Amino acid sequence: MSRPRKKAVSDLQLEVDKSARFLPWALAVMVFLAALALSGALALDGTIEGWRRGVSSKLTVQIADRPGQPMQPRLQAAAEILRGVPGIAEVQIVERSAVEALLQPWLGSAALQSDLPLPGMIDVTLQDNAALSVDAVNAQLQTAVPGARIDDPKPWLDRLVQLGRLLQSLGGSIVLLVGMAAAAMVIFATRAGLSARRDTIELLHLIGAEDGYIARQFQRHVAAQALRGGILGAGLAAALLIGIQLLAGGIGTGLLPGLQLLWWHWLLLPLLPLAAAGLAIVTARWTVLGELRAML
Amino acid sequence: MVRFQNVGMRYGPGPEVLRDVSFELGTGSFHFLAGPSGAGKTSLLKLLYLALRPSRGLISMFGQDVSTASRAALPMLRRRIGVVFQDFRLLDHLSALDNVALPLRIAGADEKRTREHVVELLTWVGLGDRLEARPATLSGGEKQRVAIARAVIARPSLLLADEPTGNVDPEMAQRLMYLFVELNKLGTAVVLATHDTHLLEQFRFPVMRLRAGTLSIDRNAA
Repeated sequence: MSRPRKKAVSDLQLEVDKSARFLPWALAVMVFLAALALSGALALDGTIEGWRRGVSSKLTVQIADRPGQPMQPRLQAAAEILRGVPGIAEVQIVERSAVEALLQPWLGSAALQSDLPLPGMIDVTLQDNAALSVDAVNAQLQTAVPGARIDDPKPWLDRLVQLGRLLQSLGGSIVLLVGMAAAAMVIFATRAGLSARRDTIELLHLIGAEDGYIARQFQRHVAAQALRGGILGAGLAAALLIGIQLLAGGIGTGLLPGLQLLWWHWLLLPLLPLAAAGLAIVTARWTVLGELRAML
Repeated sequence: MVRFQNVGMRYGPGPEVLRDVSFELGTGSFHFLAGPSGAGKTSLLKLLYLALRPSRGLISMFGQDVSTASRAALPMLRRRIGVVFQDFRLLDHLSALDNVALPLRIAGADEKRTREHVVELLTWVGLGDRLEARPATLSGGEKQRVAIARAVIARPSLLLADEPTGNVDPEMAQRLMYLFVELNKLGTAVVLATHDTHLLEQFRFPVMRLRAGTLSIDRNAA
């Protein structure tokens, strides 16, 4: 007669601990929050990089409309001057139709059809690492083409980059805080488990168990709980992020270009449950060994 | 192998429960431990199985000074000691087999050989058909035999037993005593705490008598 396979039972019977049943759920929430914070911080990377590139490589020249002075020759003159400036890679006059397209969402097509005076615009792309004095070029332009001025986005883009970096550190801090809270929960659950099993632990000691033998049982137990909770939390986070990415689609691409998760960002999600398990193992071991030191 | 020199034991600020206890246990010795309740038998056994450190005096076990040994050194010493607790102290959620296998598993023994040994020993004590039974379903005598099997499975150098024949019928008591005597012949030192005067008369081993915390040794010769 074949006997049913027996499920492995640990000496400490940690698997039936009612006080620790909350742990996988709590860790699921923690991993979920950490995944969102981490994804946010990582997704900002592309946006910040876009802003940073903008700071270093793009300028816009605006030429105010002046009655009696046709725009096209003034644009050509300004472009000519700009092409002669060392450090400028490309000069591109923005067509009136493109300017109208930019303004249409705000002014409506009716206003644009009338003879609305629009500024002329020139996109300037700088060479990599160009050392260009915006003030000097500005002065040169204004002398030759009155009403022309360089719109230097650097000051406010700089601030945007700073804001982005701040948001990223905030995301990092949230991950850190969530990790600390998770560790605190593991400590709490482990201590509760230890104090509920003092007699058994004393017996194992008397039979010759080393502290590491007892710690390993706790480690295995919390690792399994953290993995279960972590997979649930990371799975929910992944589902939410995919949903957001699908729904958001084009939204935000103007103000926040590059706000998206790259393929390797997605690869970090399945690592989170493993990280949670690692953290739980180290924390449980440290807690058990610390507590057992007080016993004989 | 075991040496107590002027050992005193007190719990906290209370009176001494053991006073100036001195004795030696050689390899292959066999002693009964007798004395009225409250005389200090349990404290002496606890000192012997390293659940307590003495308040004063010197205890040397297997060549190591136990009073000053580090915590890390204790597990290896304890693995050479088998203990049959009066209340058995079996783990209720483990089967008889797993309870008896504990000392071997803790010592990292090979799982297949562990199982073979455990099955053999449990069969020898008459529990061959109760291998998978949980302690809750065992009778007092069966629990006691599981506890004894757990104490002797790793062939300890020193076997301590607190009333090991208290819950079994006379026939099984004899059988268990022969198990202890056989182990003793193989070199295990045995200290057996008992109230059973028949045992003391039948097996003429020396008796360590405790009275109000003081120890005397009675040769118990026929």
